[in-house]
Amino acid sequence: MQLNSENKLNKQQLNELEKHLLNDFQHGFPLVSRPYEEIATKLGTTEELILESLAQLKQQGFISRVGAVFRANSIGASTLAAISVPENKLESIAAVVNEYSEVNHNYKREHHFNLWFVLTARDEHELNAVLDDIEQRTGYSVMYLPMVEDFHIDLGFDLDLNLER
Amino acid sequence: MDMKMTYRQPLLPPLAEIDEKDETLILLLQTGLPLTPTPYADIGKKIGMREKDVIGRLTYLNESGIIKRFGIVVRHHELGYRANAMTVWNIADDKISELGACMGGFDFVTLCYRRPRRLPEWPYNLFTMIHGKDREHVLSNIELLVNQCGLNTVEHEVLFSTKRFKQRGAIYRK
Repeated sequence: MQLNSENKLNKQQLNELEKHLLNDFQHGFPLVSRPYEEIATKLGTTEELILESLAQLKQQGFISRVGAVFRANSIGASTLAAISVPENKLESIAAVVNEYSEVNHNYKREHHFNLWFVLTARDEHELNAVLDDIEQRTGYSVMYLPMVEDFHIDLGFDLDLNLER
Repeated sequence: MDMKMTYRQPLLPPLAEIDEKDETLILLLQTGLPLTPTPYADIGKKIGMREKDVIGRLTYLNESGIIKRFGIVVRHHELGYRANAMTVWNIADDKISELGACMGGFDFVTLCYRRPRRLPEWPYNLFTMIHGKDREHVLSNIELLVNQCGLNTVEHEVLFSTKRFKQRGAIYRK
């Protein structure tokens, strides 16, 4: 189910603490026994309030998790893939692709290649099997684009939330 | 044209050694760190690891680059960044490291990967994901990239996403 965020985000609804939580701890999360307490100290509040705020932000859909983003292909095997589908068949083909638990992203994009998805499997062999299966079931050939090199330095995303610093 | 033929190539080699304990830890971390006062101890209990070993392994995975980023994972769309464009570039092979490094350093670029070309129908070898509050914001970010990294003569296309069918973290299983 897609979150209906159009009505949801009102920056005034986010207090300063929530804004700092969202913006300041996207990387370098404390690797200590009581990380939330360390964050509380940095933000001048209590561990309890940090835990409460994070649970609420998660429940509201503003954060997906507190955790790790792994480098592609460090564990398991993944690839970007694209299919060029006639417009009137896009929804049904997208639904077929969505059925696979190995597919974690699936987007319609403005291009002749109009369906783009990311697959992650246990290993390359399993990845290829899923791609073959998708080709067979949809009847379209899939363009496979595995990562060759990563140039991105991931420090998170600087949100423009009108922080009072 | 057979695109499969060109696919059968090895994936990137691993950055560092991952043992079975690390894999168990990674599997457990996929749904996120528990929101409890001692999350590392709580994870450890589930898999028979001591808190200090959990922290030690995560520190190792973090420093070796297997974990790219450890922290709060926000949902851009829900936070008002509603537009995203996968912008793809056809860059000369001998320029790609330099230009990739330049583009990968901007915070609004959330992915910057080299991928294989699929000639003749797909000439692009560098993929950047660019977020913004709306289309104009994304396009102005792209223009900034073009100017800052000297990409005026580089062939590129901007693929805005117009529908999200699925989005979640990757799920690995053993």
